[in-house]
Amino acid sequence: MGLMKDYKTEFMTNEALQNLINSWIPELEFTEEGSQFLNIKVKPEQLHQLMSQLKSNPETNFDYLFCLSGVDYEKELGVVYHIESTTHRHIVVVKVQTEDRENPTFDSVYDIWKTAEFHEREVFDFFGIIFNNHPNLKRLFLTEDWDGFPLRKDYVDEINMVIK
Amino acid sequence: MDTTTIKNSFKSEEYFINMGPQHPATHGVLRLLLTIDGEIIKKVEPDLGYIHRSIEKMCERDSYQQIVHLTDRMDYLSSHINNEAVCLTVENALQLEIPDRVKVIRTIIGELTRIASHTLWWGVMGMDVGALTTYFYGFRDRELINDIFEETCGARLTMNYNIPGGLMFDIHPNFVKRTKDFIAHFKTKLPEYDTLLTGNVIFQKRMKGVGILTKEDAISFGASGPVGRGSGYSCDVRKHHPYSALDKVTFKEALKTEGDSLARYEVRIQEMWESMSIIEQLIDNIPEGDIQVATNAVIKLPKGEFYQKVETARGELGVYIVSTGTKNPYRLKFRSPGFSNISLLNHIAVGGKIGDLVASMATLDIVVPDIDR
Repeated sequence: MGLMKDYKTEFMTNEALQNLINSWIPELEFTEEGSQFLNIKVKPEQLHQLMSQLKSNPETNFDYLFCLSGVDYEKELGVVYHIESTTHRHIVVVKVQTEDRENPTFDSVYDIWKTAEFHEREVFDFFGIIFNNHPNLKRLFLTEDWDGFPLRKDYVDEINMVIK
Repeated sequence: MDTTTIKNSFKSEEYFINMGPQHPATHGVLRLLLTIDGEIIKKVEPDLGYIHRSIEKMCERDSYQQIVHLTDRMDYLSSHINNEAVCLTVENALQLEIPDRVKVIRTIIGELTRIASHTLWWGVMGMDVGALTTYFYGFRDRELINDIFEETCGARLTMNYNIPGGLMFDIHPNFVKRTKDFIAHFKTKLPEYDTLLTGNVIFQKRMKGVGILTKEDAISFGASGPVGRGSGYSCDVRKHHPYSALDKVTFKEALKTEGDSLARYEVRIQEMWESMSIIEQLIDNIPEGDIQVATNAVIKLPKGEFYQKVETARGELGVYIVSTGTKNPYRLKFRSPGFSNISLLNHIAVGGKIGDLVASMATLDIVVPDIDR
């Protein structure tokens, strides 16, 4: 289709993206194994710096955060960001993890993508992950007095959960 | 007493009222906390979770065949497309070669679903802004599509026609004829929609310039579907990441640059024409062949992560599966279009009146189970 070509101007390959992003921040882990996208694993303290550069750099221009998911890896708790550029149409996945299950904390990306406000509240609600600098961090779906975080793997609710 | 004294003796102060969860314009069980000053909205805070069923948690204990059935209950007006999203994710993960017949049938029914959803939206939207007649016109045409679905798979709304690997059974012998009859019928009826509502002066005044969303904000808020396209943001997944038979058809992406409620309205009307064109391109050329590929009775995805996006009637639905190689997903996340679209409601409603909020909400086309999941 002719139209598709116009959309894909300045599309960067995963390799080119990796080289560029690696030049900003060292010590990032890149992998394409077991995923259709380029995965970047970042340390919590570098998360906000990486994200704002991915958005603001005109070559990458990742302006569309289309999926923000919390994941419980049992030992660690993590957040996975799927981001896309609406001008270049490339996609990367950024992952951040922490072993601190008592008080897991990451920086909010609300100031970069406004959609993060609701998505981060959902992750807080179900995983208990705290986001620094979030404008309104409170439970989104569950009531304020709910005990525990249901999407964590160690969550138990003998009455409401049907386990097979 | 002169006017200044009267003004001073009545203090203007902000107060808050509830809209919903039983308000008819909230389309289900959504509660909005409105902070208002007089009739001017200062803040809208959606209170979600009235029908949250934790589908994502249920998916972690269910098999992949069972998960397909749960997705009907998210955005029930796009049930076929939701089913398709999960099936595509599983099929891509297993690297199954899906027969062309399946792809074409999925696309045709997907577009019929979109028309059915948009006709319902049109009818209900008219009601929201006070035009009661539209409801009957919208439902008259939607019934015909539901009849086709019923004959095809036995269900009118929650279809479950897709399975990982193909379709549950072949199309009914009447399917092609009835679909063509419907298209011929709807081509004469869709212009009626414009005659009835679009050109109406009262309607135009309620929609034009109301709930403005700029392109930049649309992207930042993760808007998708007609909400994004009404702001001139080219976000049609069918164009950018085509799936099933959508790479074989030509269609125009409906785009409007005004970003107001009327633009979102016109995008949906235009989309119905495009969907009809897609169906027309495919309906006479449904390839012969199998309707499913054999899969194991117990489907196990390889270890890894899989993502699939599709365009439902409301926008971009994403399925993100983390698999550890067992028969259940380790983590499954649905990125639902309604969830991102409701997050921008406060942004477009502030400064307007309560009546404008109703018009803006109607053009966001919210389905609450899609937000609550």
